[in-house]
Amino acid sequence: MPQKSSACSQAVPSVSIQNADFDAALEYAQLRDSGAGTGAIATFTGLVRDSGDRQGVIGLFLEHYPGMTEQVISDLIARAGQRWDVRKARVIHRIGHLPLQSQIVFVGVCSAHRGDAFAACEFIMDALKASAPFWKKELTNAGEHWVEQKASDVVRSEDW
Amino acid sequence: MPEQTLSVRFFARLREELSTDHLIMPAPAGQTAADLLAALASRGGPWAQLNASQAVMIAINQAMAKPQSPVEPGDEVAFFPPVTGG
Repeated sequence: MPQKSSACSQAVPSVSIQNADFDAALEYAQLRDSGAGTGAIATFTGLVRDSGDRQGVIGLFLEHYPGMTEQVISDLIARAGQRWDVRKARVIHRIGHLPLQSQIVFVGVCSAHRGDAFAACEFIMDALKASAPFWKKELTNAGEHWVEQKASDVVRSEDW
Repeated sequence: MPEQTLSVRFFARLREELSTDHLIMPAPAGQTAADLLAALASRGGPWAQLNASQAVMIAINQAMAKPQSPVEPGDEVAFFPPVTGG
């Protein structure tokens, strides 16, 4: 068995919850710096778009449960590592006020092979949506409203 | 002997509708999360939505829990709407 953890000594934490924007290129470079055994990197970035539960969205407000959020996502990364070859993983989720087209979330996974990288990245993202304690409020010119959880998101998470 | 208590936290829509993000509640022996919800719901007004609502998620000490989960003195119990991050 290859020693998976040997490539995982990382200076950056694997989970960050922050107001500030992030640099996806920098995150990619740090994922790439994961040893010669890395053969695949899968990343996902989520953005604020102009329509959600309603049309005319001009921004989001994101709230979370400090402490629990980090623990839930760390557990998801650990679960991914039990199912797939995960050499390194990184999750960033922003909170606070985010204008249209802002980056919201980043998930990056490096692995020996693409199948594991794709699967682990998608699993972490799907499970995050269904279980990490974040709440989105959509802001429109007509007012603001809390986003409702989608049954399809719960099903996607349960399918894993 | 001081009364045994636990802390309750609310997030997102619940936090706004209850105008409360945090309160202290008694922690009698044998209490479950559902009992705690019922006690809060009995306050009436916006609190009534906590009674038998399917849409309230529960965390105890920052881990997901169920209505039948026991709550103990000193616990941090959180109630919140279904999550919508990502």
